[in-house]
Amino acid sequence: MTRVEMADEALFLLLHNEMVAGLHRAAEQGEAENGRCITKLENMGFRVGQGLIERFTKDTARFKDELDIMKFICKDFWTTVFKKQIDNLRTNHQGIYVLQDNKFRLLTQMSAGKQYLEHAPKYLAFTCGLIRGGLSNLGIKSIVTAEVSVMPACKFQVMIQKM
Amino acid sequence: MSSELFTLTYGALVTQLCKDYENDEDVNKQLDKMGYNIGVRLIEDFLARSNVGRCHDFRETADVIAKVAFKMYLGITPSITNWSPAGDEFSLILENNPLVDFVELPDNHSSLIYSNLLCGVLRGALEMVQMAVDVKFVQDTLKGDSVTEIRMKFIRRIEDNLPVGEE
Repeated sequence: MTRVEMADEALFLLLHNEMVAGLHRAAEQGEAENGRCITKLENMGFRVGQGLIERFTKDTARFKDELDIMKFICKDFWTTVFKKQIDNLRTNHQGIYVLQDNKFRLLTQMSAGKQYLEHAPKYLAFTCGLIRGGLSNLGIKSIVTAEVSVMPACKFQVMIQKM
Repeated sequence: MSSELFTLTYGALVTQLCKDYENDEDVNKQLDKMGYNIGVRLIEDFLARSNVGRCHDFRETADVIAKVAFKMYLGITPSITNWSPAGDEFSLILENNPLVDFVELPDNHSSLIYSNLLCGVLRGALEMVQMAVDVKFVQDTLKGDSVTEIRMKFIRRIEDNLPVGEE
């Protein structure tokens, strides 16, 4: 990775963390309209996910099937956004996929202690939206949730919605 | 690719803030505040990555900002112009502002300073190296100007090492 690419990442990380902190701060101070911070972060991620997919799937060949799309998310998409691939993809072949990232970039800055576990969801919301938005532009409607068991590893669960 | 990530994320943030706050002035303030909080942390990353030494005067500072920092984080090199006679004020001219790719300001947001985060970032970062500065946009391509111009003014040296507070 070149120095410049890493600088890009540092900037995005700082922006993401400040978005999480800023939204929650505004909600606490009663400045902004209702405190649905997690939803807002997820919606922002959704828009960004759509935008990213719009740009880089112009040249790629059509995907064979749903699994192919999920693999794309795990490899190309994840690498573009987080500079690494998803470590493990599982599916029940009935529309549920679990994407495991053992060293999730947005959590590595946080202490691995259990006391920060309760804050982790705030740092996952944007990325859940990112996945949902990316899939949406690939013609897939989904619900994406995430959970952390041991920092900085986390799992994103994608539930495909039949349209 | 990843600069698009930043640009798109920034766009989503501004859009969300416009929904949350009733008027453009409040959005501008929030962007500045968030920029400041980013800036006070970004400076550490910058100093670690760039290995630049201490700047001896404001002219050196301007050079480092334009030629090293902007290049490193946003991939552009603004030009430095319009120095005040006292050497305490200058402009950064951005021929193109990567933050505003694909952005159009709707009519009802004429007072929005879309890229105001940058002002906060610069202010916060410089404060951490003991410089109090004032930063503002004076021209903006989003508003029909031919270039984007950021004016930076040196206010004073910060002598006390006060702990960093969040705004």
